[in-house]
Amino acid sequence: MTDFLSHLDIAGFIIATLVASTPLVLAAMGGVMSERSGVVNIALEGIMLTSAFAGYAAAVATHNLWLGVLVSIIAGMLIAALHAVLSIQFLVDQIVSGTVINILAIGITGSFYRTYIQNSELAGTGVLPALHLNFLPNAPFIGVITLAALALIPIVHFLLFRTVFGLRTRACGEHPLAAETAGINVYFVRYSNVILSGALAGLGGAYFTLQQIGNFLPNMTGGRGFIALAAMIFGGWTPVGAFLASLLFAGADALSGRLQIGGVQIPYQIVGMLPYVLTIVVVAGAVGRAVAPAADGKPYKKS
Amino acid sequence: MKIDRALRQRLFAAVVLPLVSVVCGFIVAGVAVVVTGSDPIEAFTALFQGAFTNPRAFPETLVAMVPYVFLGLAVALGFRAGLFNIGAEGQFYLGAIFGVLAAASLHGLPGIVHVPLALASGMLGGFIWAAVPGLLKARFGAHEVITTIMLNYVAFQLTDFLINKGPMSDPHSSAPRTAFIDPAAQLPILLGGSRLHLGLIVAVLAVPIVWFLIQRTTIGFRIRTVGFSPGAARAAGISVGWTLVLAMGISGALAGIAGADEILGVSHYMPASFSVGYGFDSIAVALLARSNPWAILPSAFLFGAMRNGAAFMQLQTQVSSDLISIVQAIVIMFVAAPAMVRWILRLREVPVGGLQITQRETAGVSSET
Repeated sequence: MTDFLSHLDIAGFIIATLVASTPLVLAAMGGVMSERSGVVNIALEGIMLTSAFAGYAAAVATHNLWLGVLVSIIAGMLIAALHAVLSIQFLVDQIVSGTVINILAIGITGSFYRTYIQNSELAGTGVLPALHLNFLPNAPFIGVITLAALALIPIVHFLLFRTVFGLRTRACGEHPLAAETAGINVYFVRYSNVILSGALAGLGGAYFTLQQIGNFLPNMTGGRGFIALAAMIFGGWTPVGAFLASLLFAGADALSGRLQIGGVQIPYQIVGMLPYVLTIVVVAGAVGRAVAPAADGKPYKKS
Repeated sequence: MKIDRALRQRLFAAVVLPLVSVVCGFIVAGVAVVVTGSDPIEAFTALFQGAFTNPRAFPETLVAMVPYVFLGLAVALGFRAGLFNIGAEGQFYLGAIFGVLAAASLHGLPGIVHVPLALASGMLGGFIWAAVPGLLKARFGAHEVITTIMLNYVAFQLTDFLINKGPMSDPHSSAPRTAFIDPAAQLPILLGGSRLHLGLIVAVLAVPIVWFLIQRTTIGFRIRTVGFSPGAARAAGISVGWTLVLAMGISGALAGIAGADEILGVSHYMPASFSVGYGFDSIAVALLARSNPWAILPSAFLFGAMRNGAAFMQLQTQVSSDLISIVQAIVIMFVAAPAMVRWILRLREVPVGGLQITQRETAGVSSET
């Protein structure tokens, strides 16, 4: 056991966890906003993948990483707007609409990847500036998107629970008819929240290409959007809860990286299952304790 | 000629909607081809040649159609119970693992025993892999969309563990793959000089069987009732929980037989990188068929043709075969949003509202038990 711990390097592990939680907490907060307004968003995975690609492409084209981040966010908002139009306007089953976007994301990013990136001589874009803690020489760098994610947690919390917009959002997620009766434009509130969730997930997508590796790989989000949904549920549909739950999943992720390096004799594939198995356990276990917004997933039709 | 309203609505749902969806899918994909700097006419011509007119293309399209029939039936059966089985990919993997276990480790059996045994083994693998999310939903209310997706990733890791220098890898090969299956377990070839195998017949036979199961048996009645209204099913004394577990299990078994069938009919061993995106494809197959078992056949044929043609298209025109995913996504979108097709065609008098699949009771990727 002591042998196991000595390999682990606690401080480095904590920072690796924090960094790995970045896309999860951003997408999970996006999920919180969308679902608090009553729209289920399983499109988070596809939004992140598309944004990761769009941001990378923009950074390659303009040689400006910050512009890349901006394009990631805008791409996320556009894809989320498609989800909003399908599920709010055309009353498509929200799970189906999300699946459409997830498949579309694979198709679009895959097509463009084969055409423009795979066989080209393009070098990577490099990565965004990162914070290096001098007193922890072996700890991973903390990139700006991680710092932005941390800053956004209190902002999203404030927006949802301390502003009129947040109150209206929650009203639409609990009882849209009552909200409409009180003079709230349910469609507008739901549209805004779904599009804002796209902005958050879009920033999460930028993490993969512009902070983590400075390159794009097909399917690089690897199910993080779905894990973020589990974090959202486990976190009880609150930004702070979603952050803590994201840390749990990211910890499993960071741990699997450590166990491989640490020389512990567990096949890497078994360790690689950890975050996914943990997600299943948590989704099964969190239920009953966490209560979803009452009108979550129910299309609302103005009569 | 005056067509009465009910007939018109049925025609719209069964013919116009799927046709318009597929056409729109190709239009959007064509735009994507233009954006990536290629010629869409050239790309789609290559797609068609690769699917139908090239030498040996047509039998290959039928070969590609076989797994889609099973997988489309799997997803459709889930839909009938109000379940969104998005994990057909993982169940396909488990079916292949179980299938290759039975097909490669047993020797000396006659083919007439060995083949059904290996297929049944594959069904068992898929059944187990899908029954777990069913159980988690029934017992804890965990939404199957999340649990089945997560089990896909677990299945990929498990396959890699077993086959990539693991317990199931072929000791005589440096490539990450299992040993070859027993020759008696191979599905016989139907057409000399092609890869078209008996699995096609099995797949076509599965259609009436699944139809009978859904429409004419007690289990099917329970599945449909739970899918229609879990509350009413509960009030009628149907055990909703067990019906969900069973529906997921049967759905998984159908995906599992697809995996085993690919091993026995096509590859004769299991490579580490096996299925490529069958899981999402099968959702499109089932939705295009509107979960009707008979309609799975033309739907699976279309997707088999696209998959087969896409490989040639990529080779010939450098347009990525991922283009097919765009077609699929658009198809699902339009099938699920008839209001949009109605709007495009300026039609009136056809049903509004979308196709409702997921149970409202547990929608929200949450859980209100």
